[in-house]
Amino acid sequence: MKYDSLSDLVAAAKEQNISLSALVLRDQAASAEKTEEEMFQTMTQSLQVMKESVQDGLVEGIRSASGLTGGDAFKMHEAVKNGKNICGKVFGTALTKALAVSETNACMGRIVAAPTAGSCGILPAALLTIAEERNIPDKDVVMALFTASAVGLVIANKASIAGAEGGCQAECGAASAMAAAAIVEMCGGTPEMCEHACAIALKNILGLVCDPVAGLVEIPCIKRNAGGVANALVAAELALAGIGSAIPADEVIVTMKKIGDIMSPALKETAEGGLACTPTGKLLCEKVFGHS
Amino acid sequence: MLQAFDIIGPIMIGPSSSHTAGAVRIGKYARSILGTKPVSAQIRFSGSFAKTYKGHGTDKAIIAGIMGMDTDDGRIRRSMEIAKEEGLSFVFLEEDIDGAHPNTAEITLTDANGKSAEVQGASIGGGNIIINKINGTEVSITGKSDTLIIPHDDVPGMIAVVTNILAEKKVNIHGFSLCRDRKGGTAVMTIEIDGDIDESINEAILQNPHIHASTILKAI
Repeated sequence: MKYDSLSDLVAAAKEQNISLSALVLRDQAASAEKTEEEMFQTMTQSLQVMKESVQDGLVEGIRSASGLTGGDAFKMHEAVKNGKNICGKVFGTALTKALAVSETNACMGRIVAAPTAGSCGILPAALLTIAEERNIPDKDVVMALFTASAVGLVIANKASIAGAEGGCQAECGAASAMAAAAIVEMCGGTPEMCEHACAIALKNILGLVCDPVAGLVEIPCIKRNAGGVANALVAAELALAGIGSAIPADEVIVTMKKIGDIMSPALKETAEGGLACTPTGKLLCEKVFGHS
Repeated sequence: MLQAFDIIGPIMIGPSSSHTAGAVRIGKYARSILGTKPVSAQIRFSGSFAKTYKGHGTDKAIIAGIMGMDTDDGRIRRSMEIAKEEGLSFVFLEEDIDGAHPNTAEITLTDANGKSAEVQGASIGGGNIIINKINGTEVSITGKSDTLIIPHDDVPGMIAVVTNILAEKKVNIHGFSLCRDRKGGTAVMTIEIDGDIDESINEAILQNPHIHASTILKAI
């Protein structure tokens, strides 16, 4: 399979009357000349590292190498544990996990790039939170990761998953679209619903720029991972309620590419625009590197 | 073509593949060129590496590589403490290297017997690296496959001598470069090959009196 159209993948899954994940697993095993069991085991390892990266980020008092960030996942975790957060346990837990994985990354811990290191909190937070809430077994979460990978492949092939090429929409956007589709499949939605979830998530983040303070994967990246998992939950909720996207996912993906192409280089990971160039952003940069 | 595990993966140590994974690999390569346990390391950061290494943790990543750690090793963030415990002293310099890639590091390692190795490499994105210089000689090595390094006299026929031996052993070459310090001086062949290579090939190559050494650097 070419992974250049989500609607083609959905059509193929429907025709064979299987899930997107089963379709992708079979195809990926064939192209890697491995058994489906081997591919499944490799993905199971990734899920294990994702779980560990959540735990690593929940430790009180962790700080990044730059000293700019750390400890927010712990604060969110405490708020949820004490029943103080306003949007309920599921939402609060998803935010906690997204912050935790992203802080683990900033603190030189081990993570799974999904699709990148900068956006690594979104997919694990979305899947692990919903799996816990609904008692979904690991094997189904692993399969959902294959669905997520298919969405990411189409975005990578038709647009980009690099902030330097497409801005944050390409990283956190891709991650939330992948997560939204994966949640939908895990919760029993159809392949079409996965497609709609992908489209909705991407539409909600179109145009988001990549403007890291001091060029570090910390500010605003860590909180954008929290925003990204919220976006994934929104898109999955709508799609599972039977709400469709008026613009098909494939067209949204091409739109994302076009927006990325006309985005100024100052807003694509160069730290020469956006939040990186605010007075505070410059000050923080000086604090870390001694120059702006 | 991209695969599922390019999207969900790699498993890596944060915060960024070029500042962590790439730096670990340059350090690891320097260690393998020294070939013994280093007791001191001097790391010279150039360009963007010089300006940003502290914030990105590139210093910890390089030391981790010198200590032999892999790119997904959870101990990378504690590598400096571990290095001190294991008797490695190290110093970082911030000095630009003319014409070097922005993310360049030059590493000088010395072992307990005073043997040293100097390696210059660049982290070129996504965890990929290029080793540009070994002990002052220009090379171009990605470290993705096993590589033969062969210093020899700059006389006619040396490429044929070595490649014939490789052909006899059914070893396929996919990358080749050669440079010399001056005409008739010392030249260095760098040969990147497919698959595994057996150490016994070094003996065959060393039989030629014009060849100074033959070293296999494993892929990292």
